Amino acid sequence: MSVYTEKRQSLWLDAWRRLRKNKAAVVGLIILVMLVIVAIFADVIAPFDFTTQNLNAVLQKPNSTHWFGTDNFGRDIFSRVVYGSRISLRIGFIAVGIALIVGGSMGAIAGYFGGWFDTIVMRLVDIMLAVPTILLAISIVSVLGPGITNLMIAVGVSNVPTYARVVRASVLSIKETQYIEAARAMGSRDFTIIFKHVIPNTLAPVIVQSTIGVAGAILSAAGLGFIGLGIQPPNPEWGSMLNAGRHFIRDHPHLTTYPGLAIMVTILSLNLLGDGLRDVLDPKLQD
Amino acid sequence: MIKYILRRILLVIPVMLGVSFLVFTMIHFTPGDPVITILGETASQESIDQLREELGLNDPFLVQYFNYVRNIVVDQDMGRSYVTNRPVANEIIAKFPNTLRLALLGVLVSVSIGVPLGILSAVKQYTWIDNVAMFFALIGVSMPIFWQGILLILLFSVVLGVLPSSGFNTVQQMILPALTLGTGSAAIVARMTRSSMLEVYRQDYIRTARSKGLREFMVVTRHALRNTLIPVVTIIGLQFGFLLGGAIVTETIFSIPGVGRLMVDAIRQRDMLVVQGGVLFIAFTFSIVNLGVDVLYGFIDPKIRAQYK
Repeated sequence: MSVYTEKRQSLWLDAWRRLRKNKAAVVGLIILVMLVIVAIFADVIAPFDFTTQNLNAVLQKPNSTHWFGTDNFGRDIFSRVVYGSRISLRIGFIAVGIALIVGGSMGAIAGYFGGWFDTIVMRLVDIMLAVPTILLAISIVSVLGPGITNLMIAVGVSNVPTYARVVRASVLSIKETQYIEAARAMGSRDFTIIFKHVIPNTLAPVIVQSTIGVAGAILSAAGLGFIGLGIQPPNPEWGSMLNAGRHFIRDHPHLTTYPGLAIMVTILSLNLLGDGLRDVLDPKLQD
Repeated sequence: MIKYILRRILLVIPVMLGVSFLVFTMIHFTPGDPVITILGETASQESIDQLREELGLNDPFLVQYFNYVRNIVVDQDMGRSYVTNRPVANEIIAKFPNTLRLALLGVLVSVSIGVPLGILSAVKQYTWIDNVAMFFALIGVSMPIFWQGILLILLFSVVLGVLPSSGFNTVQQMILPALTLGTGSAAIVARMTRSSMLEVYRQDYIRTARSKGLREFMVVTRHALRNTLIPVVTIIGLQFGFLLGGAIVTETIFSIPGVGRLMVDAIRQRDMLVVQGGVLFIAFTFSIVNLGVDVLYGFIDPKIRAQYK
């Protein structure tokens, strides 16, 4: 047992050591940590409330009071972008959490037991993958209605097939290994084997997929917000802010510049980190 | 080869039945009564009951589903829009050419930028060309298409005034939507082409080709590129699904009357038969494209051909 623990620790420590050498991944990680801090301390960082309207200061260009300017209701764009980080990151992480729990469990059980359950799960995955992800999310939102919780569910469910596939593929390769055979020979129950031995060993591809998946989930949610089916005003979701601002693009492009930049920087940080994690954790690329 | 193609065609049928069942079930259990949507809140109980009977809404769920599929397969009938009372199939078919044209133009932009950029990056690995190309690819992957669309409008329509910001009839009107939709995808294709090409570059037959004294251009075009194609074609096929999805957003930005906009408007008006038809139609198109990609594999990869001889 101690040998197993030591080896597992060294794998992750080794991965961390190599991740630190990857400059792009470190930059991604730093930006992401900063964004998380901004989201957590939005109340402290934002100089104004995100709903406060000032009709004497509508459509102001960036200035010393309003760093990113104001929108057509006189609301401070900087404060709205700061609060928006809270919404976007929350949707991204929770949607991926939903996809991971539902899809991951389905994939793990299907891959481990095989048989009819595997057939059903994989056909369901094929069916869901036949509908483009954003379209599936749109369909689910159209059924559930708008709102932050429904959006998380819609984006999460539309990503379930991806995680089911990743985890299943991983489980299929792991279940043939000798340590699983050894656990079975020692009389461990299937439940114990799956949760104690199989799932921890599928973590590497799942972590990589999840990092890039959070980026995809944030983009999907922003896309839905942009076409008016996501978070509803006055909530400061970046996609819906872009949608509202595009009507003023001719004379006031700053309304769209900052929410757009915020989305891009967030996605960029997650992609940089995801690429770095893939290099570090994917055994095929390690040599 | 024919056996392979037939097998792939047969696989589309259960997937499409599955998609139709999934979408029909979702829409069926959506809160709200379609009869009220059609007749309005003030309709009499008698007319509500009559229309419900006419639409078959009193039938059991599975009977309704079976009738829906039968009507599509036999009569190409997807029902009538709750709002306009026009046949859903006609509405979709009228708008579909725009969506398809947009997605195909997106693929064109994606391939014509992504593949050369990926090859160049791989051939010049670790040089400044590779670094610059991959930096832009990373930016392209990270940039949401709706923001990119807005920036393109700002630059080409507002500042330079050389391209229109809406419509989809003339070539000029198609440039910005195609660029908007295709650039992000081009970045993904470039990254995929690069990594695929680098993998091929490590193979012995490339070393052999070089040691025969072939020029680098010939090594790339005759030996490396062909073997790079399989994963690249896969990713282009997958990207088509992404582009069909992205077309919904792009249609919104540039006011293009396509299936995407039709669906978004239908969702707002709770016109669920149109939503249902739109999802099915796009899923069907995506499945056909994937089928085409699989058939293409057969032509590109002799190993697949050999399996079905």
